[in-house]
Amino acid sequence: MSATHQPPPLAKLEQKTVQDIILKGKRIDERGPLDYRPLTIMLGAVEKANGSAEVHLGKTRVLAGVKIQSGTPFEDTPNEGILTVNAEFVPLAYPTFETGPPDEDAIEVACVVDRGIRESKAIDLQKLCIDPGKKVFVVFVDIYVLDHDGNLIDAAGMAALGALVNATMQEFEVKNGEIKYKDSKMALPMKNYPVPITTAKIGNPIVVDPCLEEEQVMSCRLTVTTDKNDNVCAMQKGGLGVFSPEEIKQIVSSSIQKSRDLREKILSKVN
Amino acid sequence: MGRKEEVRLIDDNGLRVDGRRLDQLRPVKLEVGVLDKADGSAYIEHGRNKILAAVFGPREAHPKHIALADRAVVRCRYHMAPFSTDERKSPAPSRRELELSKVIRESLEPSIMSEYFPRSTIDIFIEVLQADAGTRCAGITSASLALADAGIPLRELVAACAAGKIDGKVVLDLSDIEDKKGDADLPIAFMPKSNAIGLLQMDGSMTEQELSQALEMSVNACRTIYDMQRDALRRKYHVEHEETGPEEIAEVKA
Repeated sequence: MSATHQPPPLAKLEQKTVQDIILKGKRIDERGPLDYRPLTIMLGAVEKANGSAEVHLGKTRVLAGVKIQSGTPFEDTPNEGILTVNAEFVPLAYPTFETGPPDEDAIEVACVVDRGIRESKAIDLQKLCIDPGKKVFVVFVDIYVLDHDGNLIDAAGMAALGALVNATMQEFEVKNGEIKYKDSKMALPMKNYPVPITTAKIGNPIVVDPCLEEEQVMSCRLTVTTDKNDNVCAMQKGGLGVFSPEEIKQIVSSSIQKSRDLREKILSKVN
Repeated sequence: MGRKEEVRLIDDNGLRVDGRRLDQLRPVKLEVGVLDKADGSAYIEHGRNKILAAVFGPREAHPKHIALADRAVVRCRYHMAPFSTDERKSPAPSRRELELSKVIRESLEPSIMSEYFPRSTIDIFIEVLQADAGTRCAGITSASLALADAGIPLRELVAACAAGKIDGKVVLDLSDIEDKKGDADLPIAFMPKSNAIGLLQMDGSMTEQELSQALEMSVNACRTIYDMQRDALRRKYHVEHEETGPEEIAEVKA
């Protein structure tokens, strides 16, 4: 059952400091309200995976790996490969992350990243069919949070995108429903590049890419995932606060702007 | 959203598969206080959705360590009955149900004056008996009524409704087939008096302009549903006063 979270381990005085600075139009890490933290992305760190990417967003570190294996298609999409996204909040990343199956926060991260990739039709799933109704390729995207300093959704989404564009698979040929692998490798067929941008509301002001301390005092957040054509393909509000319709329109607009640079940055890493 | 096939969801007269206009809600039926043992309960039929919501509490937090010193812990479970869907759904909670339980709680919690009940819990249970697209919204609409029925102080009722896009047009309140074959879905939960959105999700593909159009459409529908919620509460709690004539009033005064 989903329950109200315990209060953050941040002293009242610290909370007030974070809020007061934001009211002055500044932030504790000296960014402007609409500045993203420095983003670095490294592709192909894990050789055994079909594709991988490690994202550093400020001090947040997320590693995503893609594995491609064959499996049975869903009944309603017999001609399409399958995408599954999973997120693990690994216990080494944060004092309160626990062992065991993903909790609702990890599930939320996975769901939001999944929706972005799925709804933007980022992967050309029709090209991943081996034998219609019987055998298709399954693309597993596994997200590993290694260090939690806030805004895990964006870091996870960009790591997943990086791992997908980095992914290669054995080139194959299908003859009479039998799959034949060739010697050469091919890139995973991609059609779109979704990028999530999360904005937090702290008091009334809004700030993009909240760090951990900001997340602990925010009233709510809104993630807007946009594709390469500036269409919105997924959104998710989180937290106990509320947005007005006007605030939402403003955040959508600024997220579309912001996502362009970040998408370019990720794609520039691909040869 | 499913892949688009050659199915027309809007006909030449601009009507949808079930005969609705683009900005028309499905029929909504609300009933308050439908369960005997729950502290508060409500039942909703929204299109072919049939959903029961029940609220227990404020009651003692159990286990005790989950209690909060300055407010009630709100707990929420959204669950679909195994027979509620076309294919049988396993009764074990799916990832989707776990995520929805969270976002539904986050949409209702801003409306609850939980600071009045420190160290206690308020438990919200939503059971989808039949699903027909838009269950999270119908669940929120009914759960908010169940909270009111339980006598829990609320800042405002929460109404919820989705808008979306089918055949390239922005429409209100997607039905099952529209959800599966359509282009986008945008469920929201809204508190009209405070102009506050507590739940917002979206999947599919929409331009910025379509999105703001869909947002306005669903906000307006939430206002309509909000009025229905108030009517449902009045039907339950309206006390019929006996006709009091002028003489009787005079008598009382004397």
